[in-house]
Amino acid sequence: MTAETATPPAPAKSAEPDIRLLKLAEAVTIPALALIASALAFSVFLILIGKDPVQFYQLIWTGGFGSSFSFQNSLQRAAPLILTGLAFAIPARIGLTMIGGEGALVLGGFTAAAMAIPLVSSGVTPWITLPVMAATGMLTGALWLGFTGWLKHSRGVNETIASLLLSYIAIAIMNFFVEGLLRDPSSANKPSTMPIGDAYRIGSMPGTDVHWGLAAGIVLAIALWVLMSRTTFGFAARMTGGNARAAKAQGLPVGTLMVVSCMIAGACAGLAGFFEVAAIHGQANASLVAGYGFTGILVSFLARHNPIAIVPVAILFGALAAAGGVIQRRMGMPDATVLVLQGILFVVLLVSETFYGRFKIFQPKASGDRT
Amino acid sequence: MDNPVLTVLIAMLGGAIRVSTPFMFVALGETLTEKSGRINLGLEGTLVLGAMVAYAVSYLTGNAWLGVLAAGGAGTVLGALHGYICKLPRVNDVAVGIAMMSFGTGLAFFFGKPFIQPQAPHLEAIPLGAWSDNPALAQALEVNPLFFVGIILAIFLGWAFKNTRWGLIIRMTGDSAASAKAMGVSVDLVRFLATAAGGFLAGIGGAFLSLSYPGIWNQGLSSGQGLMAVALVIFARWDPVRAIMAALFFGAAGAIGPSLQAVGITQGYYFFNAAPYILTLIIMIISAGSKSAARDVPGELTMK
Repeated sequence: MTAETATPPAPAKSAEPDIRLLKLAEAVTIPALALIASALAFSVFLILIGKDPVQFYQLIWTGGFGSSFSFQNSLQRAAPLILTGLAFAIPARIGLTMIGGEGALVLGGFTAAAMAIPLVSSGVTPWITLPVMAATGMLTGALWLGFTGWLKHSRGVNETIASLLLSYIAIAIMNFFVEGLLRDPSSANKPSTMPIGDAYRIGSMPGTDVHWGLAAGIVLAIALWVLMSRTTFGFAARMTGGNARAAKAQGLPVGTLMVVSCMIAGACAGLAGFFEVAAIHGQANASLVAGYGFTGILVSFLARHNPIAIVPVAILFGALAAAGGVIQRRMGMPDATVLVLQGILFVVLLVSETFYGRFKIFQPKASGDRT
Repeated sequence: MDNPVLTVLIAMLGGAIRVSTPFMFVALGETLTEKSGRINLGLEGTLVLGAMVAYAVSYLTGNAWLGVLAAGGAGTVLGALHGYICKLPRVNDVAVGIAMMSFGTGLAFFFGKPFIQPQAPHLEAIPLGAWSDNPALAQALEVNPLFFVGIILAIFLGWAFKNTRWGLIIRMTGDSAASAKAMGVSVDLVRFLATAAGGFLAGIGGAFLSLSYPGIWNQGLSSGQGLMAVALVIFARWDPVRAIMAALFFGAAGAIGPSLQAVGITQGYYFFNAAPYILTLIIMIISAGSKSAARDVPGELTMK
């Protein structure tokens, strides 16, 4: 799936449009068309069940972007999606289909909250507590997904199935502690860890109601873009993704590259978990299992695993999630509506992969018919 | 009777029979699909959609077997869609599987909302333990007919792969698309049919979940059974009969938690709930490196 990005650049003639621009236009147009096609397909679905598609898309617009309040809500929900999107994209560039972001997020958030318990109770300042929590979450996530990458490299264990299994295990680990050893006795209905308290909460960015996770996500997206496209590491990783055997023959440390990519991914997802705990929930409980890890997979595919493109796509999906509640109330539709829309989009998006290289307009004239 | 070890063992036996049935059907479906050289990771979604459709149809018609059939139909549709998409050039079948997983689950949750409350007719179990005066054993041996259907099907598939023309065509397509083409076989058609049929079986596995054990429909009904069954196929080395054994083994592992709960051990409940996942992972680690698995894998599989 990363074969397109690895296409060797053909020498561009000065009279022809730059091949990079053509590739970029193709990489933007095809996902955009897929987005439109799935919106149409979903409209058919809505008409079949007797709902008004126009009203549906209007509600998404007003619920996601319509007011300053709803847009900030969208941004708030986009923050974890940027990070989980990155968690899928980085291994994808090296040729791994890692779908364990959910588990790394949950475990990262849980360990961050657990680490906070002794620090908060002994009154350590938030300026130390919060970075320690963030580091704990990132480290846990990195080890969790790094383990999957190591299994893949050393034993050939399929990373897709293994990472999803590990997600279930991660959720079970959190439940085990949250309902037992680390349970806050006052959390009667919803077993949770001890709240970190308002003094330790991560606040909003100045002038907004959006927490700092968004800024962290954007900074990481840019940093990882630089890493993947402007450094030796990124070049080696992309080469491994294009052809692992050739990369090995060239003497690249394929195993190390795989494990490190997975660790970066896990750190991103773990950081998302930290922000969910420190900025949203204030404690670790079942609310951490919100499906951000899975939506991140879709975000990454729509962004074609490009770290920079993940940011706007994540905002789009954040808006969809933010509008979900309004749609539920106004149109009397179940909360799974967004899941259906995402499912259709995901399928259509993968079908659209078949169109790369098929549109003449995006092909440099000199090289003729490329496939 | 008061012997707690015996109670746990009997509960695990009953649990193994009950819990293994959906594993069986999904694993058989996936075996069929993978034998033809394609992978379908989306069977988790098929399982969930099958469970929802079976429950809804059984509730609306009052006939549980109609529900089973409808679940198979829904699975066939999802499988056919997967099969059709995967034959397009440049499309990655692992990724499509993930997409189908979320699509199937989404549809099931969307249409299943109204059916969470009502009580649908269940599949009647066969009381094989009626001879025993031990009520726990009698209950453990109330076996659903689908369990036997699964076993017969596995034996049939194992026989058919080796001894029939269709079995040969499927195996050939899975081992070498080039030689299948040379024999005049349409590789795309064979894989399409094998994927659709695999979806049918996975749908029936879902029907068992909602109509027999646990016998309810809700959004947490399947948590990864479909996916574990896919891992189980690798462990069973693409052999239908071995898949049945593996499914029973997994069923027993899945029954540990509830069985211990039955004798009052609730400590570590979440740990035992995670046991099947951990077991699957360990089995994957062991079987991934094994030489016999490498020998039996269909040559055309993209994921090994």
